[in-house]
Amino acid sequence: MSVDWSWIGDHTDELTTLTLSHLQAALSAVFFGVLISLPLAVIAHRVRPLRGFLLGVSNILFTIPSIAIFVLLLPVSGLTRTTTVIGLTVYTLVVLLRNTVEGLDSVPAKTKEAAKAMGTRPLRTLLTVEFPLALPVIMAGVRIATVMSISLVSVATYIGDGGLGQLFTDGFQRDFPTPVIAGVVLTILLAVVADAALVALQYVLTPWKRRRA
Amino acid sequence: MYELIKNLGDWLTSGSSWSGTDGIAHRLAEHLQYSLLATLVAAAIGLPLGLLIGHTGKGAFVAINLASFGRALPTVGLVVLVFLAGGLSMLPVYVALVALAVPAIVTNTYAGMTAVDPDVRDAARGQGMRGHQVLLQVELPLALPLIMTGLRLALIQVVATATIAAYVSFGGLGRYVFDGLAQRDLVQVLGGAVLVAAIAVALDLALSGLQRFLFRHRTA
Amino acid sequence: MIQFDAVHKRFPNGTTAVHDLSLEMPEGGVTVLVGSSGCGKTTTLRMINRMVEPTSGTIKVGGQDVTRQDAAELRRSIGYVIQQSGLFPHRTVLDNIATVPLLLGHGRRKARARAAELLETVGLAADAGKRYPHQLSGGQQQRVGVARALAADPPVLLMDEPFGAVDPVVRTQLQDELLRLQKELAKTIVFVTHDIDEAVRLGDRIAVFRTGGHLVQCASPTELLARPADDFVADFLGAERGLKLLSLTTLADVPQGPAPEGGTWSLVLDAANRPVHWASKDTEIPVRPLTDNDSLLSALNESIASPAGLIARVDAAGVLTGVSSRDDIHTHAGQAHTEARVAA
Repeated sequence: MSVDWSWIGDHTDELTTLTLSHLQAALSAVFFGVLISLPLAVIAHRVRPLRGFLLGVSNILFTIPSIAIFVLLLPVSGLTRTTTVIGLTVYTLVVLLRNTVEGLDSVPAKTKEAAKAMGTRPLRTLLTVEFPLALPVIMAGVRIATVMSISLVSVATYIGDGGLGQLFTDGFQRDFPTPVIAGVVLTILLAVVADAALVALQYVLTPWKRRRA
Repeated sequence: MYELIKNLGDWLTSGSSWSGTDGIAHRLAEHLQYSLLATLVAAAIGLPLGLLIGHTGKGAFVAINLASFGRALPTVGLVVLVFLAGGLSMLPVYVALVALAVPAIVTNTYAGMTAVDPDVRDAARGQGMRGHQVLLQVELPLALPLIMTGLRLALIQVVATATIAAYVSFGGLGRYVFDGLAQRDLVQVLGGAVLVAAIAVALDLALSGLQRFLFRHRTA
Repeated sequence: MIQFDAVHKRFPNGTTAVHDLSLEMPEGGVTVLVGSSGCGKTTTLRMINRMVEPTSGTIKVGGQDVTRQDAAELRRSIGYVIQQSGLFPHRTVLDNIATVPLLLGHGRRKARARAAELLETVGLAADAGKRYPHQLSGGQQQRVGVARALAADPPVLLMDEPFGAVDPVVRTQLQDELLRLQKELAKTIVFVTHDIDEAVRLGDRIAVFRTGGHLVQCASPTELLARPADDFVADFLGAERGLKLLSLTTLADVPQGPAPEGGTWSLVLDAANRPVHWASKDTEIPVRPLTDNDSLLSALNESIASPAGLIARVDAAGVLTGVSSRDDIHTHAGQAHTEARVAA
């Protein structure tokens, strides 16, 4: 099995378009995941009875294979990008919820008490004390969710979307490995670059964790 | 929509859907067979690897990052690639199924081993246990909860990958999804999805329950 | 008996943990290794059962060079107790105690029977055997740790700050238990602690270490307190070294006289002639009677608090034998000190 480099040369435009489309789907899912998981995580963290329920439901959703989720959404939103993003968001949501709750749990009780004793109201404590301290664990969740999302986008090729995933079905139908290899390599590359970017972001956002020179 | 759900219900419950080579019973059995077999083989590879790295401490970098690496691999692409590269045969796809399950087992086994309290390890050596006795009598039993989690995650992973494998002519419940897509039969597609989802969730709940029961004496 | 001969331990990163150590630990006695953090006392202990291998020098246990024996077998013949107890969380208390007998190949039934015996020896209820370590309190877990170390009846017991993780009340109880056990079993015990009071209480010999693994002085508690070898040891013993010495001497030789009659304070007794309280015209103050086995330190303490400057002396049954005055005690304390300095 060998790579047909001329095919790649001829199709750089298409590859670029697919890559960008792929990235857009994945990042949208992470964005919405963060948006929804943050308030849910605060509720799960603060309201004891709901915690078990929310984490339990999200665990159940997580075990469902991605193809099943995409397919089950078809009657709801059809063969569109929306379906893809909703499907991906289910997974990013689960990972982000889990990690954000864990992150909030990891904030030492004494630190929160100190803030309270100084007269800080709960919302401000949440924003200025709890979230920043929970950030490392939350960012770990964002990294996992992003990498996972990038990998899952290609499954959506079966519902007509799929970004780089289309190269896989294309290659399969034509018994032609080159686009498949290109797709795999580009997907992995995207994941590695995205992960590195998030590590850099985390470094910028948590100055107190940097090693002293 | 109501019509669709009604048809789906009929499809899932009618006797004819369940019997025959393309029947639900058979496909379900196939799917479980692939999944359990691949997980067992992955365990045969991943467990010793994880235990060794955990016990000796060498190769920790691999153990910690293997899961992250595994997560970045696109399942569909890999399945198609090995199928094409292997000359359109099944064996490479089995290999891919196993390979995608190994990271979860190695990473969780390693995590379980490193979570063992160093004081307990020290006491075990101090009482006069040899290396292999410490591993088998102390480290392994204590790492077992996390090891089981790794096995459970691997199984769920394989159930999902096996579904995708139907695209490259495997059997199992994924068959309904892909045949349904090809035949534009939405009821069949949804039926397959519901079945796969149900199986995955059922297996996960059953194994989690088993875990909770087996380790009910332990703290945390 | 344990013998260290010019033992040196240097770690790969360059730190010298133990420097040229030659020391003898008497058979059947408690040798306490004491010093601040980083002085090599734990490393020294761990070289006895080869949890750490010496860089040079020899260590002999019962006349045998430890490096000549198989490490695992050596450890099965030496009891090992650590601060966090290191009990196996996945085994019951009984099975934890039975660990070494099982390793030695005794049958399960025999090992468990022995474990049940030891539960009693260390003062735990028989039904504790069925429980898991996390269901026990810290003090109870430590008792199990000691029982586990004693299970194969080893002649030597190594204890690394075993009572450090429990609160002071429990610590005193555990120290009492150890002293009682030692009276019964007469093991050769090597005990590491950073607490000088614990060392004085438990040790027959105390070895004081300085940072960098240097042995500064090894002596009996009395000699150590009366004649510290240098300023380091004196500082380590603390400013109240004189008082600590008094904890080692008993009241037995202090003279006593009859209880006072017709003064401001009188001692009220019960029907069995046991002291109840001190009474004056309008107040009552509780009395804490002392036996001949109580220390001069507690006598001094009591005499200061006591209203008439007198302490009540009783026999083993709690019956009054007489009283001693503050002056008597003080004089005797001074004498005890002088004797210790001279005798050492």
